[in-house]
Amino acid sequence: MAEQNAISSAALSDASAPPAADAGRRPASPILRLILKRVGQGILLLFAVSVLIFAGTQILPGDVAQSILGQSATPQALANLREELGLNQPAYVRYFQWLGGVLTGDLGTALSSRQDIASALLPRLGNTLFLAFWAAFVSIPLAIILGLLAVRYRNGWVDKAISGLALASTSLPEFFIGYLLVFFFAVPQAWMAMPWFPAISTVYDGMPFWSRMQAIALPAAALTLVVLAHMMRMTRAAILNVMQSAYIETAELKGLSQFTIIRRHAFPNAIAPIVNVVMLNLAFLVVGVVVIEVIFVYPGMGQYLVDHVSKRDVPVVQAVGLIFAAVYITMNIVADIAAIVANPRLRHPR
Amino acid sequence: MLSVKGIPAGAALGLVMTALFLFAAVFAPVIAPYGMGEIVGGVWEPASENFWLGTDNLGRDLLSRMIYGARTTILIAALATALSFGLGSVLGFLAAVVGGWLDTGLSRFVDLLMAIPTLIFGLVVLSVLPSTVLTLILVMGILDATRVYRLARAVAADINVMDFVEAAKLRGEGSGWIIFREILPNALSPLVSELGLRFIYAVLFLSALSFLGLGVQPPEADWGGMVKENKEGIVFGIPAALIPAAAISVLAISVNLVADWILNRTSSLKGGRGHA
Repeated sequence: MAEQNAISSAALSDASAPPAADAGRRPASPILRLILKRVGQGILLLFAVSVLIFAGTQILPGDVAQSILGQSATPQALANLREELGLNQPAYVRYFQWLGGVLTGDLGTALSSRQDIASALLPRLGNTLFLAFWAAFVSIPLAIILGLLAVRYRNGWVDKAISGLALASTSLPEFFIGYLLVFFFAVPQAWMAMPWFPAISTVYDGMPFWSRMQAIALPAAALTLVVLAHMMRMTRAAILNVMQSAYIETAELKGLSQFTIIRRHAFPNAIAPIVNVVMLNLAFLVVGVVVIEVIFVYPGMGQYLVDHVSKRDVPVVQAVGLIFAAVYITMNIVADIAAIVANPRLRHPR
Repeated sequence: MLSVKGIPAGAALGLVMTALFLFAAVFAPVIAPYGMGEIVGGVWEPASENFWLGTDNLGRDLLSRMIYGARTTILIAALATALSFGLGSVLGFLAAVVGGWLDTGLSRFVDLLMAIPTLIFGLVVLSVLPSTVLTLILVMGILDATRVYRLARAVAADINVMDFVEAAKLRGEGSGWIIFREILPNALSPLVSELGLRFIYAVLFLSALSFLGLGVQPPEADWGGMVKENKEGIVFGIPAALIPAAAISVLAISVNLVADWILNRTSSLKGGRGHA
């Protein structure tokens, strides 16, 4: 198949395989065409994902109303809920009604609270992005610097420590990191007069910036730790890959200093893979946020999702699931586009 | 050759710890000092001679629940891994051998499933499914089968073009023979090292679901659920919730060490870049 895989693990390998060019026709701007093609694929994928998320809530042999209300439901309550969910109509009709609503910004009404989902979701989306932004703000520069250090002192103790950390971080559940932070920084300990940070991250509208920052310090730190090691290891691999190419050896042999080699030859070529690494990890961060938000009782999208999964509030779950998937897919598209922009070789398909 | 001396320290440690966890899981009723749901003391008692790890939020012995929890967590994760491996590798091999529309269809569907973060799609599906152990195993196994499918298909596609497979096809063997007698034995070593990683992933996924209250339901003990039960104690400086969380980490790191070692061994057997 000529079409490229749209998901994370394939993105790096996509960079090395330029898509086949249309024979004979010279487009005005190949870069624009590539980007448009990638965005088009992303939009198609998003529609397919919306079908899957909708279908995912219809897979029971019985019906959703029964599973929401449980075995003890009265026939009257069941009939009412069926009516409200529109279960009397065939599934594809309901899908297109739902999709039409989503496209016009109407996400429906929550079953449990009777609230409009879109208006309940918007401030939470803001909170989640705020948290993810600060986690990214700390973790990205840190990961790149540490990744560079690991390459500079390859096979030394810095490098070993970093790969050890990476092994640990793929093995630690998010809640272990989160509660360790709470235990040591939000609970009175012998070595501090009073806890530095709150254990529960309450934020509200009109909260002063600095107290908001203090409230998200621990969840942001936990998120940083969750993605840091992975991002470091991928940065290290990306730079090592560049450092092992023939032109770096040539530069070394003609006597350039280590610093000049990195600045003039290695870094420009490593930008594309590093940007890719960063975007993929941002996608990862958006998902990691779910558990972290529950740990710190942070009023974001992740907590909203988990709350409504246990309440079996299907419309909310569909809406939030779709938004999470859309953010994730968008990050992956941006990663691919960044690779196309940063790597001239991808712009001129042979 | 495989000798006890040849095992590096990290892998040996991983093997010993994994064996300990497995032992605890298998012989839980024999070695646990108290029953799983037995209330034996006060709420959140500190560690003492009677209760080595203290008691939990209801006054149950934490060590006993940890041991029974090992059983639940490891069993469910192992069954989910088995399902994802069975399903993923058979479909992956089939796609590589049969090719054509089957390959295209399966691969595009897997791409689509992988375009949604696993945890998110898991939550979406669990919002309508009943919370039973069987549902958990099915959901975890099927979602994770996508990763195995990718690997199995890639490995099988390489093997499928080799001469001995060609010979078998010319002999007139059917797809079943090709898959199970020609490809499977040769694809085993990369798949086995992946097995460890998928198991860790299953443990972490199950623990995350249980921690969110959507996995194993009380009064059954599993490690993620125990973190949830005891998390209120953290704010008062009671570390009960950290113990099951640490156990998950130790199990995952141990299996990781073993899997790394197997991966290095198998890649060096093939004359690859690994150093035993």
